Amino acid sequence: MTRKFLLNCAIPVGVIITAGTLLLTGCGKNDGGAGGSKKQAIANIGSDTMVNLAIAWADAYSKVDPTVSVEVNGGGSGQGVAALINNSCDIANCSRKFEDKEIADFDAKHPGKEPKEFMVGYDALSVFVHKDNPMTEISIEELQQLYMQDGKISKWSHLGVSNIPGAKGDEVILVSRQNNSGTYHYFREAIVGKKNEMRLGTVDMNGSKDVVDLIAKTPNAIGYSGMGYATPAVKHLRISKKKGEKAVEPTIATTLDKSYPIARPMFMYTAGEPSPQIKKYLDWIISDAGQKIVKETGYVPLPK
Amino acid sequence: MQANVTDKQTAASSSAAATRLKQQRGRAEMMGERAIEVVIHLCGFSAIIFVFGIFFFVFREGAPFLAKLNIGEFLFSTEWFPTSQSHAKYGVGALIVGTLSVTSLAMVIAVPFGLGAAVFVSEFCNGKSKETLKVVIELLAAIPSVVWGFIGLTVMSPIIIKTFQVPIGVNMFNGALLLALMSVPIMVSIGEDALKAVPDSYREAAIAMGATKWQLVWRVLLPAAKNGLLAAVLLGVGRAIGETMAVLMATGHSVRIPHSIFDPVRTLTATIAAELGETSKGSDHYQSLFLIGILLFTITFVVNLAADLIVKGIKKK
Repeated sequence: MTRKFLLNCAIPVGVIITAGTLLLTGCGKNDGGAGGSKKQAIANIGSDTMVNLAIAWADAYSKVDPTVSVEVNGGGSGQGVAALINNSCDIANCSRKFEDKEIADFDAKHPGKEPKEFMVGYDALSVFVHKDNPMTEISIEELQQLYMQDGKISKWSHLGVSNIPGAKGDEVILVSRQNNSGTYHYFREAIVGKKNEMRLGTVDMNGSKDVVDLIAKTPNAIGYSGMGYATPAVKHLRISKKKGEKAVEPTIATTLDKSYPIARPMFMYTAGEPSPQIKKYLDWIISDAGQKIVKETGYVPLPK
Repeated sequence: MQANVTDKQTAASSSAAATRLKQQRGRAEMMGERAIEVVIHLCGFSAIIFVFGIFFFVFREGAPFLAKLNIGEFLFSTEWFPTSQSHAKYGVGALIVGTLSVTSLAMVIAVPFGLGAAVFVSEFCNGKSKETLKVVIELLAAIPSVVWGFIGLTVMSPIIIKTFQVPIGVNMFNGALLLALMSVPIMVSIGEDALKAVPDSYREAAIAMGATKWQLVWRVLLPAAKNGLLAAVLLGVGRAIGETMAVLMATGHSVRIPHSIFDPVRTLTATIAAELGETSKGSDHYQSLFLIGILLFTITFVVNLAADLIVKGIKKK
């Protein structure tokens, strides 16, 4: 009886506490924006692919300019765009360009302004398999037949691979991402094609790192994730455009000379011209010091 | 004479002041009590306001999509292509099957353990061991679901691959096992309360007639407490259906109709959690996710209502 009573009390109390916290944090944010005497805060929200990089930049920049603190949040490119439109961030991280609909939404909220684009580096997608998998390369065509709805390849034997140590059965476990992540969008466009659907029944992980973690534990699996997420427990494959053509290793050089077929630029967006402080931060990101961090975190820096 | 009169007057006026003071204090106390009453009422009603508020907002976001949608297709189609560029499809059939299959498998595992533990704690256990068991079981309920999910993803997944010789370790079985572990504490707590509510005279009568412990539990206590135990199970079901983080990480999150308990599946809750963050507000995809929210709301509402009605049933008896 007492337990039920406690439960009944706990729910409204919990709700009130949560609501109170939300209100408080909401107010706190406004204060941070208005109070100029304290540290200037730059809110930086967006792409999950870029979140490790954005945090590394923010950490390093706190030493360059101690009066500024950059607050980084992930959530995905779409979330960054939404935050920029709703004025709840200063810089949106985006592993793709603004979509037409998003530009229209932006114009509606910010008449006379345009989302200003800064290219800050490249992200190469690697195709990963378990470290014991004997496979070393795969073609775009094969990837398409694997990941396309009604594609022809669903068994490892179709790919000419047998005897994967530790594998159970012949089934290929396709690892993918949730269907609105920037990585998923890019992979679908680059591999499956705009007119086709991704195969239903892929195992959709909720983060770039989760993909690698799952493949490391699953000998039957294949999946894609950012090049920077490689670990010793997984193996990346060389990619060829067509079967029989030369397969290319995902590296900085091959990304920059565009011979590696699945790489994309990463962007940061501001609403119109950035303020001097934000401009300084973006300039620092594009400088040698900022681009060095791009390389260190496993992404591909801008060409010099 | 004169002095006497003034004495009397002052005495009278002071006694009048005293009664006025008493009245005033009475009024202040009354006001205080009123205020506290109002506050307590507000606290009581706030729960209702919050529930209806949540329902209203979820419905407002999701309802516009109902008009554009073929309900039959939404509920029974297994094609979930919400972000397709050529022809988006919103069929949650596979997700409903996923939620129901994971939940039922979890219950198949959890009910014997949960009710068994409730019987053990309430009937076979005394003093220290009873207290320790109760504390430990409640500790089990305090583990955050994301921790369960992490255990499922990193610890159980390779074990399941090796033990059952299956190609993938994040699957329905993995998720159901975690959900079972998460709903057992609720079942034990509520189930034990239900058994405790059975009058001792039943036990004494059974023992007096020469019943063994097993006969006492099976033929007397379980039938007598069956409503409460059913309510315990239903609350466990509600917990399992509504759980998100653990199933998102451990079930494999894959849109398909499972053919075995070792196939990955995807649940309604996990779909909302994974996809809502990056949809643009007001889009069809966004609204369809809220529609899934309404669906979940309905399912858990029915389950909780059933549990409540059953508990009320016991009280009447």
